[in-house]
Amino acid sequence: MANKNSLYSIVAVVFLLLILLVGVQGLGWYLLFGVLIPYVAVVFFIVGFVYQVLRWASSPVPFHIPTVCGQQKSLPWIKADKMDSPQTTGGVVARLALDILFFRPLLKNDRIELQEPQKLLFKTSTYLWLGALAFHWSCLIILLRHSRFFLEPVPSVVLWLQWFDGIFQGLLPILYATDLIILLALSYLFIRRVVYPQIRYISLPSDYFVPLLILGIVVSGILMRLVYRVDLMQVKAWVMSMLSFHPTLPKGVNLLFYIHLFFVCLLIAYFPLSKLMHMPGIFLSPTRNLRNVSRSERHINPWDRPVKVHTYQEYEDEFREAMKEVGLPLEKD
Amino acid sequence: MTEEALKGNALKIDHTTPDRGWMDPAVEFRKGTYCYPASVKHMNYLGLPNPREWQPYDQDWKLPKNWKSILLEGMKDRLKRYRSYKLFLDICVRCGACADKCHFFIGSGDPKNMPVLRTELLRSIYRRYFTLSGKIFGKLTGARELTEDVVKEWFYYFYQCTECRRCSVFCPYGIDTCEMTMMARELLSLIGCNINWIVEPASNCFRTGNHLGVPPHAFKSTVDFAIDEIKEITGIEISVPINRKGAEILFISPSADYFGNPHWYTFLGYLMLFHEIGLDYTWSTYASEGGNFGLFHSADLAKRLNAKIYSEAKRLGVKWILGGECGHMWRVLHQYMDTLNGPADFLMEPVSPVTGTHFENAKSTKMVHICEFTADLIQNKKLRLDPSRNKKWKVTYHDSCNTSRGMGFFEEPRYILKQVCQEFYEMPENTIRERTFCCGSGAGLGADENMEMRLRGGLPRANAVRYVQQQYGVNLLTCICAIDKASFPPLLEYWAPGVEVAGIHELVGNALVMKGEKERIADLRGEPFEQKEENGHV
Amino acid sequence: MTPTSPKGLGPLLIQNRKPILERWLHLILETYPVDTAPLLKKEKDPFLNPVRSTIAREIEILFEELLHDMNGERLSTSLSSILKIRSVQDFPPSEAAGIALLLKKAVQEILETDPQKETDYEEWARFHVKVDALALRAFDIYMECREKICEIKVNKALAEKEMAFKMLERVGFRKEKSHRGKDSDG
Repeated sequence: MANKNSLYSIVAVVFLLLILLVGVQGLGWYLLFGVLIPYVAVVFFIVGFVYQVLRWASSPVPFHIPTVCGQQKSLPWIKADKMDSPQTTGGVVARLALDILFFRPLLKNDRIELQEPQKLLFKTSTYLWLGALAFHWSCLIILLRHSRFFLEPVPSVVLWLQWFDGIFQGLLPILYATDLIILLALSYLFIRRVVYPQIRYISLPSDYFVPLLILGIVVSGILMRLVYRVDLMQVKAWVMSMLSFHPTLPKGVNLLFYIHLFFVCLLIAYFPLSKLMHMPGIFLSPTRNLRNVSRSERHINPWDRPVKVHTYQEYEDEFREAMKEVGLPLEKD
Repeated sequence: MTEEALKGNALKIDHTTPDRGWMDPAVEFRKGTYCYPASVKHMNYLGLPNPREWQPYDQDWKLPKNWKSILLEGMKDRLKRYRSYKLFLDICVRCGACADKCHFFIGSGDPKNMPVLRTELLRSIYRRYFTLSGKIFGKLTGARELTEDVVKEWFYYFYQCTECRRCSVFCPYGIDTCEMTMMARELLSLIGCNINWIVEPASNCFRTGNHLGVPPHAFKSTVDFAIDEIKEITGIEISVPINRKGAEILFISPSADYFGNPHWYTFLGYLMLFHEIGLDYTWSTYASEGGNFGLFHSADLAKRLNAKIYSEAKRLGVKWILGGECGHMWRVLHQYMDTLNGPADFLMEPVSPVTGTHFENAKSTKMVHICEFTADLIQNKKLRLDPSRNKKWKVTYHDSCNTSRGMGFFEEPRYILKQVCQEFYEMPENTIRERTFCCGSGAGLGADENMEMRLRGGLPRANAVRYVQQQYGVNLLTCICAIDKASFPPLLEYWAPGVEVAGIHELVGNALVMKGEKERIADLRGEPFEQKEENGHV
Repeated sequence: MTPTSPKGLGPLLIQNRKPILERWLHLILETYPVDTAPLLKKEKDPFLNPVRSTIAREIEILFEELLHDMNGERLSTSLSSILKIRSVQDFPPSEAAGIALLLKKAVQEILETDPQKETDYEEWARFHVKVDALALRAFDIYMECREKICEIKVNKALAEKEMAFKMLERVGFRKEKSHRGKDSDG
């Protein structure tokens, strides 16, 4: 069954592609795919995203449960770990920042190899870390690059980023470094799920679906740059018209543009329903965003409720005779 | 019959399991790999729902008629009350970083022991009944029906997690399987599926004040016994206050310390230390348990048992509380107690009466770990120590899961060890501190009937012990957890014979040079010191 | 113990030592669930994957002894390291202790493709006898491990009984006072 999961997803993506082909090429529903679906998808995304985050936030954190990974602050002469056992908000921010920006937990996978004579050699297993890091960072940079379609005038940061990303264009014309990296990283992450049986075992169809969708977006995007070019000024004009709620149909574009757009719409509409919500989720993770100060500051449980306890009186009542016998002090003789 | 046996192929060595997904629940309850269900008597004493006689290997678990709605209601309620629960069910991306981090997975090779899969057992039900995508797309998003087989699977695998939180260290989002196990166990408890090794100690503790069910007069005579033993070893007659009002400090330790082996020697160590520094303290029989098996059952039961500590501190009028060596006890004391039963505004910020050190890190709970207390004494040179009395031991230190990943308690015990013994060796770096391996018997799984599972779970830890044993001749594993002290002796007898187990304060007790003591000829275990063997034999 | 002819099975086994051992290890690890076997095979860290590292280390010794003088003590120690692990895992006895027989399969598979192979029936028979002896020894050791587990369980039960007695003893001298009969659950 686990083997079929990747197949289901491939079928699903192909099916979606067919829908688009029929819709745009066959039936010419440009308005649907160029205006309506993007609006709906964005609404889905924003409403879903906000709803999901509020839904999480509506549940309290009853107990103080950080996963501590460094020395606590106790005696003044013992050096405390300010980040892995954070005592201050600054420490928590630093910890979260490193976790989020550099995926530090994935770097804790030290491997030891025994070397003769019995010397321990430490190695860090970095494939997953590298793949994940490459994927997420190129995602971010590509997103930022795309902001030039949404912003007028285009901020200099974005232009600078675009220039930097295109620094290798001398070697391979018009291909951004991030495009290449995301392709490689995505392929690695996908193939890893298919090839490693233990990862395949834990993977669900939706785990293949998302990378395939992103792959579709990336490939159609790259093709639009390299082969079947579209008029970027016209695309920007279309984006601006959408943003100003006076929608027009995009001009000077081809089928690839519609594929790209449709997959993006699918992805962002699906986003709030899926595991992609790990993006905002990590900020709320109580094992990561709390300080290790639970003995010096009281954490309040908002739904704290009284429970039935066994009082000292009840206890003494049961054992009074025996306690008296051995001379233990009593409340009531 | 014979034909059948032949067909069954007596030596089938090409064994491969069929390629089936994890979503089909199937559990075989084989002797040695599960714990007995809770007895009706103890469930009744605690007032737990749906008590009945049943066995995991029974076909019919005699679940209450409306078990399904109880479970779903229970899930709904907990989703509302715990952000961790909701969030961790939603955000796992199944990256596989945790897959090989669980000691039970490493030791058993059972794929459902991968932390991600363990949680997925719960998550699949959550998806089916509580998420839009699960309701629409069903199996494609990993949703499945809640059936009795799923319940059986929960019982098997959530009582196969020691809540050690090792996986949480490696998860990019800090997803903590311990939280998931806690939730699953609470849910199972709602339909009367508990294990006896948790419920009986909890019920004992509720009634007698401690897990072992030691009544107050037995506690007293145990203490008298310890006083005699210390007199024999040191020649000093110490006094041990019990239930004394007006003492400065209330001392609380796990009950195994005064009734278990090798905990007992740690107990002697505490008593000797307190006598030597003239501590104004008291034991309590009502709060004669630091540990809290309620934690392994439900937040409510944890609170019910934990309540005794503050209430007894208040009754006795002490200033602050000192806690003994224990693992999960300190998870509760450090991360839960103040929330559960605080604020302890009737107590004072702990100050060491000997050194004057303010324990600012405990200024709200008012409870200090004995290793913090002793490390401070040693650092201030308030103790005379003779590490040569521990010279027969080559020592390594096992970081207990709860004090490590729950507290960040790494240097205090190591500092003490280095002062009281002569040879100390660390186990490999990726098996200690925050990456320490569990003993495999924590979170209420230390039952004898569960021995094979415990041996599996203990393999990664024991394997690292075996390494330092072969490499450096280590013969003593020290730890600050009562469950460790109980579970390691059989574990090491099997995996690394020749390595003994001790608490830190046993070694402190050995090394402690007490005022007015006679020349010691034997250690706390009554084993003669090497150099005096010829004249010291009793 | 058994002198081998220069062209015979012995030299072939020595020559193919590495692939045979790899194959043997592979076959043993294949006895684990299909979803975990690859992980057990991949992870080489002895502390993060004691199952693989122990088996890999010990079968090397077993193979050496099979080729040479079948030193009983070394064989037992090695078998014991492996079987300690397998006897607490979810295997029926035949499968837990059957690892030696997997060597036959490994050798067959590796030598099948070896162009130099010769079918010297007598030598094969001798080799099989040795492996069979190893398999039987493995079963003895498997039983030792199981007995050890029982012994540990019994000792634990005895210790608990002793603790209960200790408890009774400590409340015992005032037994006549306790009418409630509550000490029975100690």
